[in-house]
Amino acid sequence: MNKILIVGEHDGKSLNPATAKCVACAAKIADSEITIAVLGTDTAAVAAQAAALAGVKTVLRVDRTENAHPLAATFAPQVAALAAEYTHIFGPSTSFGKDLMPRVAALLGVAQVSDLMAVESAYKFRRPTYAGNAIVTVEADASRKLVATVRVASFEAAAGGGAAAVESKSLSVTLPAHTRYIGAKSGSTDRPDLQTASKVISGGRALGSADNFKLLFSLADKMGAAVGASRAAVDAGYAANEMQVGQTGKIISPEIYIAIGISGAIQHLTGIKDARTIVAINKDGEAPIFEVADVGLVGDLFQIVPELERLIGS
Amino acid sequence: MQKIMVCIKRVVDYNVRIRVKPDGSGVMLDGVKMSVNPFDEIALEEALRIKERLGNLEVVAVSIGVGDTQQQLRTALAMGADRAILIQTDAAVEPLNAAQVFLALAKKENPDLILLGKQAIDDDANQTGQMLAALWDRPQATYASKVELSEGKAQVTREVDAGLETIEVDLPAVITVDLRLNEPRYVKLPDIMKAKKKPLEVTSLDALGVSHGVFLKTVKTEPPAQRQKGIMVKDVAELVGILKQKGLI
Repeated sequence: MNKILIVGEHDGKSLNPATAKCVACAAKIADSEITIAVLGTDTAAVAAQAAALAGVKTVLRVDRTENAHPLAATFAPQVAALAAEYTHIFGPSTSFGKDLMPRVAALLGVAQVSDLMAVESAYKFRRPTYAGNAIVTVEADASRKLVATVRVASFEAAAGGGAAAVESKSLSVTLPAHTRYIGAKSGSTDRPDLQTASKVISGGRALGSADNFKLLFSLADKMGAAVGASRAAVDAGYAANEMQVGQTGKIISPEIYIAIGISGAIQHLTGIKDARTIVAINKDGEAPIFEVADVGLVGDLFQIVPELERLIGS
Repeated sequence: MQKIMVCIKRVVDYNVRIRVKPDGSGVMLDGVKMSVNPFDEIALEEALRIKERLGNLEVVAVSIGVGDTQQQLRTALAMGADRAILIQTDAAVEPLNAAQVFLALAKKENPDLILLGKQAIDDDANQTGQMLAALWDRPQATYASKVELSEGKAQVTREVDAGLETIEVDLPAVITVDLRLNEPRYVKLPDIMKAKKKPLEVTSLDALGVSHGVFLKTVKTEPPAQRQKGIMVKDVAELVGILKQKGLI
């Protein structure tokens, strides 16, 4: 029996969709029992959401005042304590999971499999290396606990309709005081979250300015899409850091991805190759983005984007 | 603040096109250009800027790897590190093992701050800094885009999925750096000459009292699945027609 513990990601109100992807990944391991742990100050609401995910047997609530913010230094000793009863400990490959899980693994004295993209068996997985240019199959020692982060773009979210038991856990773990949360600044927007949106429009350096990105925002609002950017556009200051799509930014898997004025550097393609449909609009017909696009259109984006917005509405 | 330790990895240069060996045993590394992991270069640059601001502080660059890793440490010395240590081994070193080695070095060197890249561009593991912080029982601040030091503390702005987050950590601490923390300096010829005279100690895992561990076995290496090239449309109307037909808009 594989007992899998998933560390749930949430903001206190909603469970991050990345958690449902982790459940889907865990469910691919045969003969497994899935538990989700949610750490926070009052996790009643997010625990209920976690309990509704199909395939989950138990949800563990760990409520304490120190858990107001997901600091790895605070969360890791608690997750490590919970891990005692499990064979596998999974977290999402988001900035939350990537920060936390290696700290958990080291506390347990075990290795971590990062960015797990496919399950071959309970201890054998596939993961990307070299910015997605080489996919390795790795095998871990079945006699030890296995810690992994799940590449969320590789899995469909687990369905709802589950009814897991919810338990409160109190852990007698001493937490360090050496790390303190100061604050956060989010590029708050009414648009869908880039990481989980089903429609994404991204702009590249060809946009030419931050001001011209408004063209994309306008189109995105018409379509109900999130807006991303290439690394070149972010480096040039046209778009905010958190909008970056690619190996060093966000790795996404929307239903439709529209790349506008993006040439298609390998590190960008790594971030979008799980998109269902890729549309490329670029004035250079030789741009590498067309090699991976399902639908391509060569032309001037400054004419195409407004026309696209007009025709979509008609 | 007296000492900053910067961990550096020798990796395939980021401009090299990666090819998987036909027998699936790994990627082709023969005759391929090797460089300092770009994220580690940013970590070193940050250490040097802190040194320039505060003065009177030593920057020690450390690495684990084959004998030729001395080249990358010489680059670090040419950029401005004061001395370097190479833990020489021909074996591949996994993140947990690397963290154990850096822990042994941290205990020996007692740095106030350890800086390293958020990930290496070869294995893309994104683990070593966090594991080192855990083993050292010290704070971690990952994905740093801004580092401000004050007496015994560091305030670090982190790049997270939702935007930016700021945390404060007591020193000593481990900070892993993201792409936009700074732009590393170019190395000038006189600096390369000067770097040849700087101390570079070569030692071994045994001397450090760390055993080599294999935690994950790599069974196979394959090229990624390729997407098929799709169709080209002539105008926006045709594009919209296809997207509507597919139910995407």
